[in-house]
Amino acid sequence: MNIFNWVAVAIIMISSTSLLVSRDWRWRLSMLAVLHFGIFSLVIRYWPLGMSAIKLITGWMGCVILGMTRLTTGVKLPDEELWSQGRIFRLLAAGLILAATAAIAPAISSRLSIITLPVAWGGILAIGMGLIHLGMTSQHSRVIVSLLTILAGFELLYAAVEASILVAAMLAIVDVGLALVGAYLLSLSAAAGDDRT
Amino acid sequence: MNAPIIWIGLPILVAILIRFIPRRDVIAGIGSGVAFLLGMGTLLLPFDTALALGSFSIKISSTFEVLGRRFSLTSADTLILAIVYFSASFWFAASHTSGAARRLVSIGLLIIALLVASFAVEPFLYAALLIEIAVLLSMPLISPPGQSPSRGAIRFLIFQTLAMPLILFAGWLIAGVEANPGELTQVGESAILLGLGLMLLLAIFPFFSWIPMLAEDTNPFVAGFLFWIFPTLALFFGLRFLDNYAWIRESAELTGILQGAGSLMVVTGGLWAAFQRHAGRTFAYAIIVENGLSLLALSLGNPLNLDYFILLLIPRAIGIGLWAYSLATLKEVKASLRFREIKGLGRTQPITALGILFASLSMLGFPLLPKFPIILTLWSSIGEQSPGTALWLALGIAGLATGIIRNLAVLALSNPGIQWKSNETLPQRIFIGLGVLLLFTMGAIPQWVQLFLARLPGIFEHLGR
Repeated sequence: MNIFNWVAVAIIMISSTSLLVSRDWRWRLSMLAVLHFGIFSLVIRYWPLGMSAIKLITGWMGCVILGMTRLTTGVKLPDEELWSQGRIFRLLAAGLILAATAAIAPAISSRLSIITLPVAWGGILAIGMGLIHLGMTSQHSRVIVSLLTILAGFELLYAAVEASILVAAMLAIVDVGLALVGAYLLSLSAAAGDDRT
Repeated sequence: MNAPIIWIGLPILVAILIRFIPRRDVIAGIGSGVAFLLGMGTLLLPFDTALALGSFSIKISSTFEVLGRRFSLTSADTLILAIVYFSASFWFAASHTSGAARRLVSIGLLIIALLVASFAVEPFLYAALLIEIAVLLSMPLISPPGQSPSRGAIRFLIFQTLAMPLILFAGWLIAGVEANPGELTQVGESAILLGLGLMLLLAIFPFFSWIPMLAEDTNPFVAGFLFWIFPTLALFFGLRFLDNYAWIRESAELTGILQGAGSLMVVTGGLWAAFQRHAGRTFAYAIIVENGLSLLALSLGNPLNLDYFILLLIPRAIGIGLWAYSLATLKEVKASLRFREIKGLGRTQPITALGILFASLSMLGFPLLPKFPIILTLWSSIGEQSPGTALWLALGIAGLATGIIRNLAVLALSNPGIQWKSNETLPQRIFIGLGVLLLFTMGAIPQWVQLFLARLPGIFEHLGR
């Protein structure tokens, strides 16, 4: 069982790093969906399958909402070089988050015994990557994706300590609501020809 | 009958149904009427007591269960409900002439219902989730169709969204501290998380940058509505932490933290207000000063004294409403509220300029206006506790006064060829006149405070007693 938890952490690590460095919105949304799968794989340790599935389904719904909006608005941002300096900088930033997680996660896990080490790793990693992503962008779609990443990381940590159905339902509403707000903002900026889409 | 269904469910239902009405004036009328009736209901309907109506008898129970958790509105909450719904009634009625009726009434009712739900939910920590849902709902309000989302709107979304996880997690840690008070490390961790979460939620320095941005880019009346409702109910949410957890309430550092945060907001808001060249941004910095004053009001007394804080609520709602409405009226004449655009506009819009004058003077705590005795007492009490803080407070107020005087001077500037003439419509004159009259009446009859002070002890279990 333990190895599967660490596989889930690896999924979160790879997908959240890809979110940070990827230039293509399709790739980004796919990675967000993969990230939610990783989160689900860890939440299932604490919550029954039905409740854990809420996290997966709402996460994927968010990706679909954002993807459909992007397809229908047809916005095209200028392509960037595959290995630009920006991308290397982002990889370095991701490395920093990884190092910070390696320092923080064991401390959290040992202080709050209910949060296991893989869950602490997964949660802190997603929150950290989301925060660094948020700090590096002014594009509306990236802002929403980074907020969803941060919330996914938080929900993983919070699932370990809170199993209320009402909280699960409200967090699901927040996730889908944030994706809907993102879709709304995307459509507004696309209509106004804003290059921060 | 059930109190949460009436004061939370009913506004949600009306907000949804109102979307199908095509006429703006009808929407504003229904929204305002429903909010007024809900406000009256809090004063007239008894909770958990049978009410005989002829041969019928109804009882409004105070709790409602959803998914194993309770929403509870008791008779102790009626003061807050009345303030919120009566103020909302004014906002919705005035929205008809401010050009924002359709969006403001329907989304505004939803936001108010959710924020009332955040006040009613048990455990109270879940309020953070309801506040976040209200924030998400407010996005179409501040980013209307046809214009690109502003930086302020995005920043508002980011800050409020980041507040939710911090507060929820802090709440869980705090519950652990309550069970095991000896865990000093956990006390520090939970205090940091909670402090950061509340700073983001309440737009405390340095997280208030979205307020001036939003005031610049959004319809001032809509922005004013958000500046009024979110900080007011978020402050009550913060107070519930103090009410529920003795170790926070009795912490020796609490007064210092509240005074530090409050005076920082008053000083930064006031000083920046002095240098603005945009009437909307001056208004925004006045809101920041206002929020800082609320924090300072909370810092007085040991244990915490809520009198000044509660007394600031009504003048605050009227002041923000009147100022926002007057700015929205100006914005109908000029697309931008930059000083160079509104130069001399007071001559063609004198009643609007009068509205801005009285609302801003009320926020400053000018004599004969309702905040004067409160600010005076607040100032002298802070001066007794900490003369340094009182000086900072004076500096902030002086900065805000400078900003307001500049704003009014720009409006009154001579503009060749423009004669003094009132061009406001009748409803605009009525709403601004009503606002000014209300401010004067409350200033002239300060006994109104007794009405609120009498009900105060019931709001919280431990605070204000």
